[in-house]
Amino acid sequence: MAIANPTIPSAGPAAGSRSFLSKLRDGDEIARLITFLFAASVVLITVLLVYELWINSALARHKFGLEFFVTQVWDPVMDQYGALPFIYGTLVTSVVALLLAVPLGIGASIFLAELAPARVSDTLQFFIDLLAAVPSVIYGLLGVFIVVPLMRTVIYPALNKPLGFLPFFKGPSYGVGFLTAGIVMAIMVIPYIISVSREVLLSVPRDQREAALALGSTRWESTWKVVVPFAKTGIMGSIFLALARALGETMAVTMVIGNTPKISASLFATGYSIAAVIANEFTEATGDLYLQALIELGLVLFLLTFILNGLARLLIVVTTQKGSGVVNR
Amino acid sequence: MSGRLRWRKFVSNFMLTLTGVCAFVSVAVLFFILGYLLFNGGTSVNWAFFTQLPKPVGEVGGGMANAIVGSAKLLLAASLFGVPVGFFGGIYLAEFSGTAVASVVRYAADLLNGVPSIVIGIFAYALVVLPFKHFSTLAGAFALGLMMIPITLRSTEEFLGAVPRMLREGAMALGASKWKTIKTVIVPAAYRGILTAILLALARVAGETAPLLFTAFGNRFWSQGWGQPTASLPVMIFTYAVAPYEDWHRQAWAAGLVLLGLILIINILARTILSRGIAVPRG
Repeated sequence: MAIANPTIPSAGPAAGSRSFLSKLRDGDEIARLITFLFAASVVLITVLLVYELWINSALARHKFGLEFFVTQVWDPVMDQYGALPFIYGTLVTSVVALLLAVPLGIGASIFLAELAPARVSDTLQFFIDLLAAVPSVIYGLLGVFIVVPLMRTVIYPALNKPLGFLPFFKGPSYGVGFLTAGIVMAIMVIPYIISVSREVLLSVPRDQREAALALGSTRWESTWKVVVPFAKTGIMGSIFLALARALGETMAVTMVIGNTPKISASLFATGYSIAAVIANEFTEATGDLYLQALIELGLVLFLLTFILNGLARLLIVVTTQKGSGVVNR
Repeated sequence: MSGRLRWRKFVSNFMLTLTGVCAFVSVAVLFFILGYLLFNGGTSVNWAFFTQLPKPVGEVGGGMANAIVGSAKLLLAASLFGVPVGFFGGIYLAEFSGTAVASVVRYAADLLNGVPSIVIGIFAYALVVLPFKHFSTLAGAFALGLMMIPITLRSTEEFLGAVPRMLREGAMALGASKWKTIKTVIVPAAYRGILTAILLALARVAGETAPLLFTAFGNRFWSQGWGQPTASLPVMIFTYAVAPYEDWHRQAWAAGLVLLGLILIINILARTILSRGIAVPRG
């Protein structure tokens, strides 16, 4: 963020030396107090959020302890709850999504930052921003009616025939499953990768490119061997950001993952994710332990995204500051 | 030209073309989504969709009037809660706070911004639904409002901070108090950017489904008031899309088209007209 005047010192002695009373009369102190209350409430809400998740999962945490994370059984009838199938499903779909989205997203961001003229780049970025605004449930709708049939008729035969000997591509496909969820998720996170990576690439100083070109490298060599390595940490940040979004992604995944708490090596198999099981079973959770086990899953999801978001922010800040924050055009 | 150089040039052109293809494909997805929704939903959007209640299961026809009104109520209440907290909190950060307090608030806001929407739903459930013992419009609005706070707060802070120092000093030199300066000079100078950010926040929560599932819940009829469950467009799309009825699918497409149309129009208006010449931060 650029505030335009680094030289002038703060507002001058007059403002500081006025008596408390006159400041009160002018409304300054009242305004400070009121706006402070609003700002403090944001901190309060955040603390409260963590507190509520922690308190409302106490029953499940005490009953299952760390077993919760390694147990495969999810049986509301027997009141047995284990998170492993959901953690597995969340991780597998996220990894599939990133494998598809990262090359495409980085490729597109290179085009936008390095190749396209500013006008074209800005126009395309405008569309990418609109794409990021499309709600999750719409992706789910398209997933159900486009990707699922496509999976049955095109993608499954294409992968199962030649690669069926691999455990990932074995077995039958019902259209819904890990791979379908991963594909839909990939489409959803691409805009995030593009937007952040583009900004990071634009912050690479121009002389880096010019030096590489002057040494006789081609346009691609200067991009791939100089600019991208310079921006590497920030691009990693954009990937972490996308991963955090993918982990917490609920509606689209719920609609296409199949919703069965099973662990299967095959990507065609149906599964479940943390967010999806919360979305589906929360309102019908009878019994305290059932509800609290779901809230504990929410807590797990919160912690995962918390760590990833923190890492992502750190990486992006480090890189854009290295490039001194000057955007080249 | 030596073979080696020719090869390097070929690789360069090939890879750069490939990046162009990546960009093209990514943007094409948007137009594909739009086209598909128009194609499928366009024929289903009719007068009944906007004016009638859902028909009982199995009967063909009906509309989503209650969900449209429900969504509007949710968004209204969410803005009434989320925008003031974010806006005044942002003013505090930009104008009053010391760096230590500011970084704590900023950190909390960023954290809140990264919380998955389903977890926000659990929080609203624990805080609003449990004590009142039933799902309500207000609980849903609380969840959506929470999601508007961080975006409003951070952009208010950013746009206020970007107002040139000279404007502040001019006002103060004329003898205006700090609050008066903020009220009459700084906020008016930054309002277009802030308004843009608020509209984008509104567009974002308008499509949120997960936080509404167990707060506002759903309703096949008109909602009986703020303390009662209500239907909303996103939840309706979800329920109708996964249900096994052909006619519900048709209506899900119609609802999808209406919802996406609304969100994109808000986005386009905010990003082009309102924010002309301002760098809009991304939520």
